[in-house]
Amino acid sequence: MAAVSSSTWLLAIAVFGACAVEAVEALTIVLAVGVTRGWRSAIEGTAVAVLVLAVLVGAVGVPLVHYVPIAALRTVVGALLLVLGLQWLRKAVLRASGHKALHDEDAIYAETVEELSGGRAGARDAMGFTVAFKGVFLEGMEVVLIVLTLGASARKLGVASVAAAAAVVLVTAVGLAVARQLSEVPENAIKTFVGIMLTSFGVFWTGEGIGVHWPGSDLWILALVGMFLLLTLVLVAGLRRRGEPQPAAALAADAGPHAGRSVEAGQPWPRVEQP
Amino acid sequence: MTRLRGWLVTFGRFWWDFLVGDTPEVTVGVLAVLAITFALRHDGAAPDVLVPVAVAVLLAGSAWRATRRRPAPPAERHPPPPA
Repeated sequence: MAAVSSSTWLLAIAVFGACAVEAVEALTIVLAVGVTRGWRSAIEGTAVAVLVLAVLVGAVGVPLVHYVPIAALRTVVGALLLVLGLQWLRKAVLRASGHKALHDEDAIYAETVEELSGGRAGARDAMGFTVAFKGVFLEGMEVVLIVLTLGASARKLGVASVAAAAAVVLVTAVGLAVARQLSEVPENAIKTFVGIMLTSFGVFWTGEGIGVHWPGSDLWILALVGMFLLLTLVLVAGLRRRGEPQPAAALAADAGPHAGRSVEAGQPWPRVEQP
Repeated sequence: MTRLRGWLVTFGRFWWDFLVGDTPEVTVGVLAVLAITFALRHDGAAPDVLVPVAVAVLLAGSAWRATRRRPAPPAERHPPPPA
């Protein structure tokens, strides 16, 4: 019972952390839209995006949990989690070791405000709606994938959904309360932690799907978390010592104000950079 | 029809960027680890050790590779204007 509880808590914490990071990034865009194009369009775009994402979780997640054989599900979504987790962790390691610029919410906010400042905005503004919708949808897609993969593999879609919703509510409340000082959020530390969790769950569920018998069953996830935490610390230290930090200009260009993401009004599917 | 094709292309590109992007070695590596583990799972190859170690090597290799493949600094490609 204790083992089941610990894995459930780990799952909830992983989803909460991932969702909190993405919510910070989405809120930055929504705030910029609200300030420049009006709050009505920003709130409507956000609400519609959240609704679409929730429908996606229900439409894809429920059949996944009820109709797909558990071994196949865990192998496929475990592999997906592994890819996502390794991408998060790799980028977090590069940022922590000075080989990649940190995500700069202030720069993203300023860039979005500048892009949206031209032209007049009425009470119901199409551009504001579109940018808010795409910003939230794009950031939310990653959360949906994590909720679906973690929730469906563990047969705990409800726990994953509640953890994700709690993170959105908390980040929104705190973000509005501190008046967009989102750059204060220790984003890379959270991303490192989430990357470790996703990678650990990915290894665990993939192994379960293939037929690996982990020592200690669910408790092995904790061992994996410890192993990847240690590896991350060693990698960050090693890459820092390896030196040759990038010039400031190269780092800034690497991060980019939108870090590779595009929410232009004319693009049906925005380009996405890995986390 | 052209619009549908364009939509499908951008949809496909979205998922390609999402899952592969600038780290194809991660995606290919994960698939290779899974394939090898699946093939060896009945051969006493201790997959409970093999999978985590292989993933750890994959992460270390990908991060190491990222620090080696930087393009030339912008100053070399675009010399600064004379003072």
